[in-house]
Amino acid sequence: MAYADEAASHHDPQTFITKYVWSQDHKVIAVQYASVAILVGLIGVTLSNIMRLQIGFPGVFAFITPERYYQYVTMHGMIMVIYLLTALFLGGFGNYLIPLMVGARDMVFPYMNMLSFWVYLVSVIVLLASFFVPGGPTGAGWTLYPPQAILPGTPGYDWGIILMLVSLLIFIVATTMGGLNYVTTVLQARCEGMTLMRMPLSVWGIFTATVLALLAFPALFVSGIMMLLDKTLHTSFFMPALVSMGQVTNYRGGSPLLFQHLFWFFGHPEVYIVALPAFGIVSDLISVHARKAIFGYRMMVWAIVVIGGLSFVVWAHHMFVSGMNPWFGFFFATSTLIIAVPTAIKVYNWVLTLWNGDIHLSVPMLFTLAFILTFLSGGLTGLFLGNVSVDIPLSGTYFVVAHFHMVMGVAPLLVVFGAIYHWYPKISGRMLDDRLGKFHFWVTFIGTYLIYFPMHYLGVLGMPRRYYNFDGYQFIPPSALTLNAFITVVALVVGASQLVFVYNLVWSVFRGPKASSNPWRAASLEWFTPETPPKHNNWGPALPVVHRWAYAYSVPGASEDFIAQTAPLSDGGMEPEPYEVKEAIA
Amino acid sequence: MAIAVALLLIVVGSVIFQLVSPWGLTPLASNWNRMDDTMAITLVITGIFFVVINLFVVYTLMRFRHRKGQRAAYEPENKKLERWLIGVTTVGVVALLAPGLAVYADYVHPPSDAMVLEILGQQWQWRYRFPGADGKLGATDARFVNGANPMGLDPDDPAGQNNIIVSDNEVHLPINRPVKVLLRSHDVLHDFFVPQFRARMNIVPGQVSSFWFTPTQPGRYEAMCAQLCGVGHPNMRGTVIVEDDARFQAWLKTQPTFAATRKASELDASAGPAAQGKTLAQAKGCVACHSVDGSPGAGPTWKGLFGKTESLADGSSAAVDEAFLKEEIRDPQARVVKGFAPIMPKIELSDDDVDRLVAYIKSQGSTAQR
Repeated sequence: MAYADEAASHHDPQTFITKYVWSQDHKVIAVQYASVAILVGLIGVTLSNIMRLQIGFPGVFAFITPERYYQYVTMHGMIMVIYLLTALFLGGFGNYLIPLMVGARDMVFPYMNMLSFWVYLVSVIVLLASFFVPGGPTGAGWTLYPPQAILPGTPGYDWGIILMLVSLLIFIVATTMGGLNYVTTVLQARCEGMTLMRMPLSVWGIFTATVLALLAFPALFVSGIMMLLDKTLHTSFFMPALVSMGQVTNYRGGSPLLFQHLFWFFGHPEVYIVALPAFGIVSDLISVHARKAIFGYRMMVWAIVVIGGLSFVVWAHHMFVSGMNPWFGFFFATSTLIIAVPTAIKVYNWVLTLWNGDIHLSVPMLFTLAFILTFLSGGLTGLFLGNVSVDIPLSGTYFVVAHFHMVMGVAPLLVVFGAIYHWYPKISGRMLDDRLGKFHFWVTFIGTYLIYFPMHYLGVLGMPRRYYNFDGYQFIPPSALTLNAFITVVALVVGASQLVFVYNLVWSVFRGPKASSNPWRAASLEWFTPETPPKHNNWGPALPVVHRWAYAYSVPGASEDFIAQTAPLSDGGMEPEPYEVKEAIA
Repeated sequence: MAIAVALLLIVVGSVIFQLVSPWGLTPLASNWNRMDDTMAITLVITGIFFVVINLFVVYTLMRFRHRKGQRAAYEPENKKLERWLIGVTTVGVVALLAPGLAVYADYVHPPSDAMVLEILGQQWQWRYRFPGADGKLGATDARFVNGANPMGLDPDDPAGQNNIIVSDNEVHLPINRPVKVLLRSHDVLHDFFVPQFRARMNIVPGQVSSFWFTPTQPGRYEAMCAQLCGVGHPNMRGTVIVEDDARFQAWLKTQPTFAATRKASELDASAGPAAQGKTLAQAKGCVACHSVDGSPGAGPTWKGLFGKTESLADGSSAAVDEAFLKEEIRDPQARVVKGFAPIMPKIELSDDDVDRLVAYIKSQGSTAQR
């Protein structure tokens, strides 16, 4: 591991442009990434609200045609999963937290880090451009399943799908540049004393997620290129002999299921690319705000790594009724339920961290508690869908919609909110408004539960997802449509309340109360920079030296209820198996 | 403290909702009661974990919330407790998986005496085929698809000649007899989903997928497409009638064989353009959105359409005559009838085919002609 301090090689940026626009500072890039992700996320939320208007009040809003409905469904899904959550966790939190938490001056490849953001921005612009091309954006559903994604009968089958695929390819280039950086920085640029088993779980979560991204995105990349070739050069990777709108086409011999396998080989790890950083961050928030060492740190690290590994062998549980060889179902149901064990360990350890704690119900802690309930709920419904014979009647219904929104939509977003309330003072030097934060919390938490809990029951009833309307179906009771109207009203309220959060973010930059350097009295390294917010180079003249893990809270005999990672060795608070012991053994 | 109360209310509210909710499983009408049982087992086991963990959090929040001078305990790990929890979770997972896989083992083994039904999904309607007396289905290929042969049967395969073709969204099945369903598509993905039957599978062009079930309750069941297949997806509706064997056999006799449909289409050719237009409208999928009985759809009904004056989306109005219909078919987006979405795709048609379609629409036209 390299401890050599390279402060001299980090020239301070000279101008406004090099400091805030073409910046190579990981903290500025993090804010750039997060700002774009949040802006595009607001578009995603708006699209979902328009979509909900049609579901709740079918036919009332004439401008929501079936074509537009499917386009909004598709763009909402893709924006939220890729351009908001993936970009925010890796490009936003990964960029900001990794160097500060492991004691580095910056990412190891700052120039490539800068490129990563600008390439990401290009991918977003290409994505949004599809709203303005003939035929509009693709309406193939965010899974972009061929053949319909590139055939007439699907909105945006011409320009829309091409721009979508090109945007994804550009996004993957950006993620790869960022990801190589994060992995290398974690492995090579940790400061003295920062062993892997002393890293905060946030870094473990982001690190493992980045490794998953580097291994999983290539599958999406190749499938994107293959579909582009099918669309533009009429190759037949995914296209069998078929008849489109009464015309026999020239496609021959391709396999639509091949795309689904490639897509989900990426798509399932993608769930954990979003979830693992959330797991890590929540572990840190819960520990800080309960003033207690995270319970079972080493088990938590191994759970992250094992979940990351297993996430590559469960993909076909998205395809139980896809028409693949049904014998695969046995294997994928088993591997999927095995993944429940390390995931359950994480939940147990979070709630056991609360036990015997000194729980401060700050806004970050409220979001953390909300995450645990939401994730638990979404994780348990995953056991329905992962168990193949229970999945058969539920697949493709609103049960699935409710499940994945709980487990990988709302749950990670609650962590995003908690993390922003938690680290905002470090990033901006000011506190967010507490009352607005609490308002935002209560509306979001209660609202999302009211939206998604009853939605499971519509799925059990058999209502399929991606339906423009349910006119005239006898098996659907009118009360189910009333419930849909209720869900829509709540969704509009929750959607609007996000503006309060954005207002708080912007207002507090200028008007928020000044933050002390460590307002939550946290022990981890990022709170011990010489300045708040940290300057370029992070650490001033000398790199920090770390003597213990990040969870030395309420150590018996210590004068305060936390011991900084940088405090002298004599202050105690070692991790359960201290560094010195390990070194002695080695 | 509000958060502890909120969590408690959520747990209690969720349990009450489960008990009194008017929304639950649509009553079962097939042999797959064991799928419902597995779901019930899953609900109970996951429900216990949901309630216990949340109540633990509620209690913890009340007991250990910050008070002045309070200090947390230092207990970074407890190997015994962790092992114990892993053990309990593993038992829970096995209890879910074992019954689930046992049911699935039956699902992938259709009974050998099952009758065969082929379902063809097509944007945006359903077609069905039964084997003839010899129990064989003839070969198919997308290149054989045309107006007279919408299911793409090989006209030269002798096995296909006696196959029974159902060119309608409605199919009948005998009660209490296992059915092995073979699924085909010539265009995009579909999924034949009847919630009451539980069993289903996606339909994938280029391959034949299958599932099996035994209908156990007589009645009329709605089939819906449950895999996004384009703008007409929610309009892709089918009907399954489950009835006793005698009635089923009587119904089956009224359905033509493949050979008969080919003869009929030859007759069509002599029967005149309107009859040919009807075949064409079904083959090209027009009927998914345009009804001929006046019922509402994604497009205007053809009943009484010809000769009418339609209001257009741009505020103007136009008389529906032959020229208007031809223009609409050639370029559907140019002018759109008020109240309908501009979703009709352009379909390549020969001039003769357009004439046939117009003739058919005309035949459904003004009341005088009906």
